[in-house]
Amino acid sequence: MNGFVVLPLLIPLVSAASSILFWRRRMIQRWLGLSSSFLLLGSGLLLLYTIREHGIQAMQVGGWPAPFGITLVADLFTGIMVTLAGLIGSAVAVYSVANIDARRETFGFHPLLQVLLMGVSGAFLTGDIFNLYVWFEVMLIASFVLLGLGGERKQLEGGFKYVTLNLVSSALFLAGVGLLYGAAGTLNMADLAVKLRNANEPALVTALAMIFLTAFGIKAAVFPLFFWLPASYHTPPVAISAVFAGLLTKVGVYAIIRVFTLVFVQDVAYTHGLILGISALTMITGVLGAAAQNDFRRILSFHIVSQIGYMTMGLGLYTSIALAGSVFYIVHHIIVKTNLFLISGIVERRTGSFQLKQMGGLYHASPLLALLFLIPAFSLAGIPPLSGFFAKFILIRAGLENEEYAIVAVALMVGLLTLFSMTKIWAEAFWKPAPNEFGPRPVHRTMWAPAVALAVLTICIGFGAGPVYELSEQTARQLMDPTAYIQAVLGVSR
Amino acid sequence: MIYLLAVVIGGLYSAGFYMMARRSLLKLVIGLALLSHATNLLIFTVSGVSRGRPPLIPDGQALAGGVSDPLPQALILTALVISFGILAFALALVLRTNESVGTDDLDEMRTTEQ
Amino acid sequence: MNSIILTVTARVLGPVLLLFSLFVLFRGHQEPGGGFAGGLLAASAFSIRAIRKDVELSLPVEPHALIGTGLLLAVSSGLASVVLGRPFMTAIWFPYVSTVLLFDIGVYLTVMGVVLMTVYALAEEKS
Repeated sequence: MNGFVVLPLLIPLVSAASSILFWRRRMIQRWLGLSSSFLLLGSGLLLLYTIREHGIQAMQVGGWPAPFGITLVADLFTGIMVTLAGLIGSAVAVYSVANIDARRETFGFHPLLQVLLMGVSGAFLTGDIFNLYVWFEVMLIASFVLLGLGGERKQLEGGFKYVTLNLVSSALFLAGVGLLYGAAGTLNMADLAVKLRNANEPALVTALAMIFLTAFGIKAAVFPLFFWLPASYHTPPVAISAVFAGLLTKVGVYAIIRVFTLVFVQDVAYTHGLILGISALTMITGVLGAAAQNDFRRILSFHIVSQIGYMTMGLGLYTSIALAGSVFYIVHHIIVKTNLFLISGIVERRTGSFQLKQMGGLYHASPLLALLFLIPAFSLAGIPPLSGFFAKFILIRAGLENEEYAIVAVALMVGLLTLFSMTKIWAEAFWKPAPNEFGPRPVHRTMWAPAVALAVLTICIGFGAGPVYELSEQTARQLMDPTAYIQAVLGVSR
Repeated sequence: MIYLLAVVIGGLYSAGFYMMARRSLLKLVIGLALLSHATNLLIFTVSGVSRGRPPLIPDGQALAGGVSDPLPQALILTALVISFGILAFALALVLRTNESVGTDDLDEMRTTEQ
Repeated sequence: MNSIILTVTARVLGPVLLLFSLFVLFRGHQEPGGGFAGGLLAASAFSIRAIRKDVELSLPVEPHALIGTGLLLAVSSGLASVVLGRPFMTAIWFPYVSTVLLFDIGVYLTVMGVVLMTVYALAEEKS
């Protein structure tokens, strides 16, 4: 019995429930949050190991057999994503000790973060499309409160845009689920894959696919549905923006990749061709938007948008290698982007601002911080031998093999423009002389530790690209050929 | 019946999107609520409207006259509870935003966009 | 608020509502009813008192404690089957009681806690 498939849901849930029980005890909540985040990371690694050794794990919740009950299913993609969720959760839980003020802690930061992680893990683990909607909502409601926590004016303004767009996306998603149920009579994704493969109305299925693409596209922030992201991600405290930047849009990307490899593969030339076009536009608009910004975190937010384009590019090409590139890119991006946000928080502690104009002289003031910024920044731009180089390299090779030269050109150009953006931050914040004196402000070591750990991880992925690529390729092969997935879900009863 | 429901759903969707396109925050939230009602009604309609058939029957009893699908009701109930919670949250957010910004005009909330 | 009608109603209706909420909770075992509806009823029993009197007097514990306990109860009801080697949340039935009932009690407490937390927060803001 593979009961531990449910562990990534139980650990944060128990932690959140216990934290609510100790509502007035901040220290207890803090330790509960920290230990549960690390346990989540551990359970993710355990899951990943088991999937590699014993194949796809599935569990019929409540003992109801597959197409009727809710199935939790974990293939390699799920395993990787849950592990990353645990990693980012742990990094942010450590970082929040010094970054989140006491007021936000008393209003439940720690249980909310755990509920968010539970929602994210649930979305990765579920094998039922309505259940996916429910986990999305769990994740969203936690993120709504986290975004507004503290109630500063800009948080509320940015929060409203975030809430509205995400609710529209949820309504569309739910309508899509309803129509899908009407068309196929099932909600289990493996069962849907089987039923829709022999569907006699391919046009209807493609129309449904478009509804899902729009709904998930808003969550993943692809062109032209991304405007909520740079309006809101820079408003809350850094620990919260970092976990949003690292995980939330990637849940949207995960959902797109999941349904467009498992369920909606009837008219690949049309749907995936469209995704490829969207990817190119997402990359370009994101990076151009970033060029016009002067706020550290707003630049990073626009780069999230541009990087989402790379992740969906692999899906658009729809070959084994391209998907492996997407998976590699997601692994690389989650780590690097979270790290950059964490570093922006350290910079803010030192200089007292997120505005590039107010910064300067950090290279002399703190060479370690400068080095720490350069590692993820170069990785993001794709400088070898860091993780971003290999991620882009695989995608571009896949593009060349498919003879999609336009998207390859876009990907290369956007990489260059990303480097330009990172150079801009470097020149403004680190290189130019400080515009005004700021005294030596100590930054707590709980803020340094996760940033350093993630930077080391980036370097490790760069130098150990072989094993990571191998894992991504196995993942991609599972995604391209869902027979094993369907077998694991529908073949196992009780 | 199904055509009537289709018209109602269409009406709710268009009213919802119209309200969301207004500048007032409160109207935006009303629009969101209409959108979720339309979606619930849509699930109800597409999964087959039937009359007088029980969703659950006692163990061992024969299916006289057929049964209706109980799943859409379960889906709608779940979606209703979720949208109830989110609507409550959105209203609290409107209240809080109104206190802090001093207006409910969306055009005046541009400090995050400079 | 200090209206005599409300005072009398709250005194009489409060306990009745609470009792009825328990009835709905246990009825949900076999027939329509259950933890969600029961929890809402129980919350309304205490909300009436919250409107009438000051907030402190109506509930002996904090609503947060109810939510935490309820969630943990619901989780543990699901874990019971894991201990027996069956999938998570598989129902285990005994005569008169089951893990489903434990789950329902968890939902009851959680719903009651959430509603009361909201009501108290709004009531405090007004005063």
